[in-house]
Amino acid sequence: MWHPPHTTRVDSRSVIRLEHVTKHYTRSNRPSIEDINVSIEKGEFVFFIGPTGAGKSTIIKLLLREVIPDKGKVWVNNKEVTRMNRWKVPSFRRSLGCVFQDFRLLPHRTAAENVAFALEVIGKSKTVARRVVPEVMDLVGLGGKEHRYPHELSGGEQQRVAIARAFVNRPLILLADEPTGNLDPDTSIEIMRLLDRINRTGTTIVMVTHDSNIVNQMRRRVIEIEGGHMVRDQARGVYG
Amino acid sequence: MRAKYVLSEVAVGLWRNISMTIAMIITMSVSLTMLGAGVLLYFQVQSMENEYKGDIQILVYLDKKLDKGDDQTEQVRQSLQKDKASGLVDTFEFKTKAQAYREFKELFKNAPDLVQNTDPDRLPANFGVKLTDMSLASKFESKYSHIKGVERVFNQRDSLDKVFGLLGGVQKLALIVALVQGIAALLLVANTIQVAAYSKRREVSIMKLVGASNWFVQAPFVLEAVFAGMLGSIVAFLALVAAKAFLVDGTFKNLFAILTPMPWSRVILMLPILAGVASLISAITGWVTLRFQVKV
Repeated sequence: MWHPPHTTRVDSRSVIRLEHVTKHYTRSNRPSIEDINVSIEKGEFVFFIGPTGAGKSTIIKLLLREVIPDKGKVWVNNKEVTRMNRWKVPSFRRSLGCVFQDFRLLPHRTAAENVAFALEVIGKSKTVARRVVPEVMDLVGLGGKEHRYPHELSGGEQQRVAIARAFVNRPLILLADEPTGNLDPDTSIEIMRLLDRINRTGTTIVMVTHDSNIVNQMRRRVIEIEGGHMVRDQARGVYG
Repeated sequence: MRAKYVLSEVAVGLWRNISMTIAMIITMSVSLTMLGAGVLLYFQVQSMENEYKGDIQILVYLDKKLDKGDDQTEQVRQSLQKDKASGLVDTFEFKTKAQAYREFKELFKNAPDLVQNTDPDRLPANFGVKLTDMSLASKFESKYSHIKGVERVFNQRDSLDKVFGLLGGVQKLALIVALVQGIAALLLVANTIQVAAYSKRREVSIMKLVGASNWFVQAPFVLEAVFAGMLGSIVAFLALVAAKAFLVDGTFKNLFAILTPMPWSRVILMLPILAGVASLISAITGWVTLRFQVKV
């Protein structure tokens, strides 16, 4: 088993840094992670891969500050989230976008309303929403379907709405936890094209997946986690 | 936009869980009615104490055979004079047997049978004494009850204390019911908010994901509780108004005529008090419940 060196690259361009991060769940079977060291630069597209239960999603939770590590430090956008006050968490999360396997859309709101919701809850005015939402809907290729409800959209379209919602605040980082997990291969490729476009705007993308096709086609940085340990960090990697 | 969103969420939340909302309002209003009644009784006791405190006398009843000009009467008068000089007694006045009988006739003029059957000789002459400090009453009583020619020393406060005791008992009962019902109301508020938070867990998780502030996530739930509390306080206030109109000024009018009157202004004052108490307690309960339910 390959072990990464225990030194962290200190780079002023890094937007995400995990230093010797360990997280155990003593009261549940959720996967733990052991001594993870990662530095991700602005504009990178990084895959976290590995089998189910390897601890990939725990990394997303750490970056979102849904959980706090037992040991080590997590830096996101030059903020040490491990030492962040609870009340600062909401404003911190506004600098991140999130996409999940299950889309997490509000069923009683239309596609456009779901996207506008992200603006609404952080206090943006209706004028801003009216201007920004159609732009983002066009960007994700849903122009003309703004008024459809989630159940009237296909899985791929729902994920596009979720991506639009994650991107509408123009976050510096987009976290995607198995975004293609519920989609067929063709739709998955469309979603990846969309994420690639967003990445080209300068947004850093961290994506957790175990879809080998996608990883092999994209040829981006691959970090492999196995049994909670980081076993590979490869610049233009394949699934393995 | 945000205020509109929060208010519409409150309305939807209350309506979605309507049976629980009604239960919450009913228990809260019963609790608040009792609290209001307790506070009104407290005011009543206070105003009665203020009203009667100035007039309370200690009556030193002389032997029935004594009257004005008797030696023993004069000895008691001299003793009171001395105590007035030493500062224990503030004022005192003497009533002859004839004056006592006249007062008795006046007091019971509505009961001529009683007056007719009472022998004027049975009413003793007495000294009505006001002390400079009524807390020294027991010292005064023990001294004068042993003086020759004194039949009995009676502190008017003792009979008033019985009335205060009764009112105090009713007040305590009302406050105990208010407390027990209040606890039930608080548990209902906590439960309602838990159910609401659970039924909206999807929205809440999305809100937190996109960085909604804590108050924005929690405000609709807290306001739901506050709104129910306010409705409860309005119902409780109406119950107090009805009690004043139909009981205090109706069925028990004669009783309250003896006591000091209960003005409408005091009943109306209950509305802001109850509304304030209800909304504050609901808000605190709601917020505490959410702190353990909706974690960031």
